[in-house]
Amino acid sequence: MTGAFGALLKRDLTLVARTPGDYTTPVIFFIVCTTLFSFVAGTDSAILKAIGPGVIWVAALLSSMLSLEGFFRNDYEDGTLEQILTAPAPLPLLVLAKTLAHWISAGLPLLLISPILGILMNLDSFSTVVLIVTIAISTPTFSLIGAFGASLVIAQKKAGMLLSLLTLPLCVPILIFSVSAVLAAAEQAPVSGHLLLLSAFFIFALTLAPFATASALRVMLDN
Amino acid sequence: MWLWFHKLSTARHFYALATRVTPWLGWLAGITILIGLYLGLVVAPIDYQQKDAYRIMFVHVPSAWMSMMIYTMMAVSGAIGLIWRIKLAHVACTAAATIGASFTLITLVSGSIWGKPMWGAWWAWDARLTSELILLFLYLGFMALQSAIPDRNKAQKAGAILLLAGVVNIPIIHYSVLWWHTLHQNPSVTKFGAPSIHTSMLIPLLVMSIGFTLLFLTLLAVRMRAMILETEYKAKWLQQLKEPA
Repeated sequence: MTGAFGALLKRDLTLVARTPGDYTTPVIFFIVCTTLFSFVAGTDSAILKAIGPGVIWVAALLSSMLSLEGFFRNDYEDGTLEQILTAPAPLPLLVLAKTLAHWISAGLPLLLISPILGILMNLDSFSTVVLIVTIAISTPTFSLIGAFGASLVIAQKKAGMLLSLLTLPLCVPILIFSVSAVLAAAEQAPVSGHLLLLSAFFIFALTLAPFATASALRVMLDN
Repeated sequence: MWLWFHKLSTARHFYALATRVTPWLGWLAGITILIGLYLGLVVAPIDYQQKDAYRIMFVHVPSAWMSMMIYTMMAVSGAIGLIWRIKLAHVACTAAATIGASFTLITLVSGSIWGKPMWGAWWAWDARLTSELILLFLYLGFMALQSAIPDRNKAQKAGAILLLAGVVNIPIIHYSVLWWHTLHQNPSVTKFGAPSIHTSMLIPLLVMSIGFTLLFLTLLAVRMRAMILETEYKAKWLQQLKEPA
């Protein structure tokens, strides 16, 4: 069982490693998107401080969603996905392996770059730490929800918009609590409540999303 | 009982029943809504604080209830369709989506018309308003997904799965009032103990919500009949139904 999980994870990571665009583009998008907001909101450091966490979070969310469009695409088109479906290992577990691979290639780079964006947005050091923690907890949740969305739009050629329409509403609670955690940190208020709720969302998604994704895949591939 | 239920879940029997019931439902809905409007606009007393402006509540609140009830109903019916493979349940989902989205839109529009004189703003980023807006997005997402998948069978199943995932949002809407304290008033009808709304205002509210439910059922029956006609137009029983006319 773990053999199949490990094998699929390794395969997906190898594929990602050989196409650097897969993990660099989301990061560049993340940075560009954040930078755009500074042009809109001006260079006043007080304003940047107030909207910074929100801007970084929206950019992170959009970047995660855009990278999800191709989540199952290649596997669907070359028939790998059907092989995965017929594999003896439980499908939700394999979905989880693919999700983990996606997070490592698209979520982890965001996490690594986020401190720099925090500095650009004039966040103080404690807020930056909280920002990193919220991104660390919540990007996996995005990947889980996004995998579910991607499985529903698997047969669509230009699925980006539809995928966003399906998954962004489901991500709203995460966005709310992540941003309010960082804002609370800026005011030296306790943040553990927010972080615990975010962790709860993550565990909730972790336990349910792979099953939803698996059943959606079975429906879409008529199995 | 089971046999009857089973029979009803086939398109043919449902179509026959819906054809018979629709006019009754329609008239009943119209009369109930008229009574509700009369009670709400004429009989109910003027609010000491909000004057006559509060009367939009008699449209706003029942629509809000409907918007959430229809989504829940769609999720339940989607689950029934997935588990017992009843096609009609999927048809009900698809047919209900547009009606539910309309009620959600009515809720948002009437709410913002109400909000302008009361709060001085058309829109406030308050918890319940925002969740209602998200509910609208969920409806739109469901409709977009269904129209994007050309295979009807797959579209229905994928939509049902999406509904089950989205139904997670319904409790969030309900508890959002407790989670984020903002300027929206707390719910007054479902509060523990006696409702904090006066009976003279509560009765029209309940009559209106019964009327809206009947209206929903009427529209649902009409739309489901249309969808059955669309998919089963080749079926023998439909051809036979057409002939005597």
